[in-house]
Amino acid sequence: MSRILIIAEHDGSSLNLSTAKCVTCAQAIGGEIDIAVLGHGIDSVAAAAAALDSVSKVIAIDAQHLAAPLAVNWASEAVALSAEYTHLLGPSTTFGRDLMPRIAALCGVNQISDIMEANGANSFKRPVYAGNAIVQAEPASGARVVGTVRVASWKAAGDGASSAVENVAASSSAASHTRYVGLTSEGGGRPDLQSAPKVISGGRALASEENFQMIYKLADKLGAGVGASRAAVDAGYCPNDMQVGQTGKIISPDLYIAFGISGAIQHVTGIKDAGTIVAVNKDSEAPIFEIADIGLVGDLFNVIPELESLLA
Amino acid sequence: MTDREIMKYDVVIVGAGPAGLSCAIRLKQQKPELMVAVIEKSSEIGAHILSGAVIEPQPLDDLLPGWREDPPSICIPVEKDEIWLLSQTGRWRLPTPPQQKNHGNFIVSLGAMCVWLASKAEALEVDIFPGYAAAEIHYTAEGAVGGVIIGDMGIGREGEHKDTYMQGIEIHAPITILSEGVRGHLSKQLIKKYALDKDSDPQTYGIGMKELWRVQPGKSKPGLVQHTAGWPLDSKTYGGSFIYHLDKDRIAIGFVCGLDYEDPEFVPFEAFQQMKNHPMVHEMLEGGEILSSGARAIAEGGYQSLPKTELPGALIIGDSAGTLNVPKIKGTHQAMRCGMLAAEHIAETSSAVGFDARLRDSAVVRELYKVRNIRPAFYKGFWRGFIRAAIETVTAGKLPTTLSIHPDDSSLKKLDGYSSPHRNWVDRDLPPRDRLASVYFATTAHDEDQPVHLQILEPDICTSRCVKEYNNPCTRFCPAHVYEMVGDDAAKQLQINSANCVHCKTCDIKDPYQIINWVTPEGGSGPNYQNM
Amino acid sequence: MKILIGIKRVVDYNVRVRVLPDGSGVDTDGVKMSVNPFDEIALEEALRIKEAGNAEEVIVVSAGGDECQQQLRTGLAMGADRAIQIQTSESLQPLSVARAFLKIIEREEPGLVILGKQAIDDDNSQTAQMLAALWDRPQATFASRMELNGNSAVVTREVDAGLETIEIDLPAVVSVDLRMNEPRFVKLPDIMKAKRKPLEVISLDELGVAVEGQINVSQFSPPPQREKGIMVDDAAQLVQELKNRGLL
Repeated sequence: MSRILIIAEHDGSSLNLSTAKCVTCAQAIGGEIDIAVLGHGIDSVAAAAAALDSVSKVIAIDAQHLAAPLAVNWASEAVALSAEYTHLLGPSTTFGRDLMPRIAALCGVNQISDIMEANGANSFKRPVYAGNAIVQAEPASGARVVGTVRVASWKAAGDGASSAVENVAASSSAASHTRYVGLTSEGGGRPDLQSAPKVISGGRALASEENFQMIYKLADKLGAGVGASRAAVDAGYCPNDMQVGQTGKIISPDLYIAFGISGAIQHVTGIKDAGTIVAVNKDSEAPIFEIADIGLVGDLFNVIPELESLLA
Repeated sequence: MTDREIMKYDVVIVGAGPAGLSCAIRLKQQKPELMVAVIEKSSEIGAHILSGAVIEPQPLDDLLPGWREDPPSICIPVEKDEIWLLSQTGRWRLPTPPQQKNHGNFIVSLGAMCVWLASKAEALEVDIFPGYAAAEIHYTAEGAVGGVIIGDMGIGREGEHKDTYMQGIEIHAPITILSEGVRGHLSKQLIKKYALDKDSDPQTYGIGMKELWRVQPGKSKPGLVQHTAGWPLDSKTYGGSFIYHLDKDRIAIGFVCGLDYEDPEFVPFEAFQQMKNHPMVHEMLEGGEILSSGARAIAEGGYQSLPKTELPGALIIGDSAGTLNVPKIKGTHQAMRCGMLAAEHIAETSSAVGFDARLRDSAVVRELYKVRNIRPAFYKGFWRGFIRAAIETVTAGKLPTTLSIHPDDSSLKKLDGYSSPHRNWVDRDLPPRDRLASVYFATTAHDEDQPVHLQILEPDICTSRCVKEYNNPCTRFCPAHVYEMVGDDAAKQLQINSANCVHCKTCDIKDPYQIINWVTPEGGSGPNYQNM
Repeated sequence: MKILIGIKRVVDYNVRVRVLPDGSGVDTDGVKMSVNPFDEIALEEALRIKEAGNAEEVIVVSAGGDECQQQLRTGLAMGADRAIQIQTSESLQPLSVARAFLKIIEREEPGLVILGKQAIDDDNSQTAQMLAALWDRPQATFASRMELNGNSAVVTREVDAGLETIEIDLPAVVSVDLRMNEPRFVKLPDIMKAKRKPLEVISLDELGVAVEGQINVSQFSPPPQREKGIMVDDAAQLVQELKNRGLL
């Protein structure tokens, strides 16, 4: 039977949703699932991890030098625990992508990055060539599996359970050669377009920079990031770092709503991995309706105010 | 005196197409000690090459004996020729004229063949530099051509130097070869400056659009060469299609329209797409996928339009001069022969002087002379052209008259008093749905933060005259949707989506006011054609 | 100090990658190959460090068949001093690459190893971290800024929550992200100079690295098609639909 250890991602006080997604991936692998929570002052995080479905136990390692998620220190702890596990998983976020390969090397195995699908213990699917191809990845027979979980591909596990939390002492001391200095968050306000889970975009149909304010207002109501089509940027309605598409940003939010964007292939290239694509356009023939999951033929100048009042 | 760095060569060749590469190879074969450089604006060899193409192999046999044992990667012997006259849904097989009998010829990807030629050239120690644009001519103190100036790189949209700014170097050589292909921007400047065309007719062009498809297994019949005429064009618009069947379930399909068409509302790209919708063609393509697409202008003036090809310090060869044989629709063998002849001339004389006479006395121009009246015969419409073409073919061009070639930029009829012919075009369902979708497959790339390389010399004309006289035909003849009139009717303005440009040169040619001047964007920009 | 830069030959980022009909891989026939874009950024950073007087030598290293010499020459043309090809005909995964690079490190004793954060073909993003682990030295991944201070460096990393700053003692491994710098253009004369710079070829066997523990990668398929969507009639229906899907 597989024994899977998930390294939890957290910010010191709350568990990151990515951990719950790792649990779902672990469920697809099948077997016993443990979560390791490393850090300092982590009781609430450990408790949150223990509430996740299907988890057998939470191993909490609390030490001062583990407060910052420095890969070198966390990897030492993970490797010390690894002997009993067949699978070691982390999320494919910057946290997991920094940490897990270090663990894999110390375990003497290659890592399976960005797991999209798992069929049992040894069969995985992952994207390559920026998602233009999906491959089947199978570890060498009998080898331990170290992997990162592609968060956009998995639902979060529920949190109605309660498993035990086992406190374990740290096995190593701080590596002296790496020191954490600090973290500056992105300025408060609108979420960054590149990583926002919800994005609203406007196209040339907005017709002016002033009208584009409608997009910003709606985005703020939804807590969404804001993007634009190349046509809107070229027309001067918004700055070019908001451009979404082949020559702008390639994004994969859970929800993408496009207002007045025709959906030329150059724009669609930028959003093809979005979870749910919603399109609002006056032209029923607009190509965006061919890829939209939900389409509404209508005038954005009516629809946007209606949405705002419905969401009030 | 320049503050740019200078590199010196014996010969500098602008453009790594079949003419330029054949010239480079032949130069090194004749005089291995010569220092030869080839400058190419595309990011890699072949990336800007687009052609049918069915080629005659004799120049290859001449240049690289033994090539048949080590051919380019796409090289399929022609098995069968078919010529079809199409109506909207019907078709008639026409007898194959002698110029279209392709036994012994090969279907190739000209781009792949140029990659192959480039490796032969490099093996002979030709220095080939892709990714650098020869932006300007360097003139000697005496006013002769003394080489080229490579375009500066890392310049922002307003002309400012970005962090990556790199000044272009100068390449000095006693002989410069212009082999830029059709409507080369340096050739255009030199022809004007030295009045090289004063004794010839203006050049006339076609736009060639092409798509490479992977079709359902069994649909491609390797070695089959098909050409069509008739629908979807009207009798006053010259052109037709080519369908070349390759290996690995691939078909190269394309469409050529003479740029002397008269209807300002005509959309060449749409004509291409309509042709694909004909039942005969649709059946081949349905269920397939587009691998690559693009466009490039073709030089159709032949013998009458050939300018003087020599000037102080330089030679103009291949389609920069215009050596394509129109009824054969083949230019590669001519370009290669012309390049090889230029090389032989330079190896013998170390000078540009005397090349033009030599070219006019050669097989290249003899071939052009024989077919000189076929293209202009079509000025009288399809049927009269067809008959005259047949006569010219049967008499092998020996009739005493020579028809003159008309310029393309004055052929458009003004809207006032003209109505477009009824085209019988249909709703179509094959990709690409429009020009923007088509450009996607050209994989064209331009750093958007650079000066716009399509210079409009008198921008007011677009909104003050052209809109009324021709309804801004650039928005229709460009195959890449570069030009758009945006804004509401009162305040319409020209928007140039220069990043879409596929470097076909159609706008530079067809613009009725001749105010569009195409110049090289930053080296490495433009299409990234593969196997085209 | 010496700086070692890892370079990988990959399908050019402009190429529209297509899966072969038999699923055995992607179609690389006649396709343009280039230096992995992140590796160019890594090299650019090394060249700037050298130009600032903080390194004497920049060495570019690539593991692969002889074709990768083309990319090594590009690195030399950009300004690297010499190149090393770790010759192998096998397709190496990150662990083997890291082990091979470690052998070069043992030989060259660089103060800094800079790699791209990931290769745009495999998208693994592992080699830098693995190399740091095997070398038992610091790793600073997804770096967008680096300041050298004698024997240590302050590195700013792009993380999901914003920008993280860490301090690392050299020697160390850094992997670079897009915003670190904009790589320079290559000057034509430098292409010619690059031909004369040293390019050493060492085989993987000579380095004593065995290729093992590779993940079995097979069955390439195109990404799943999106399922056909639905149309709604008005804003109210849209909101309801989004709520039903748990998106609002």
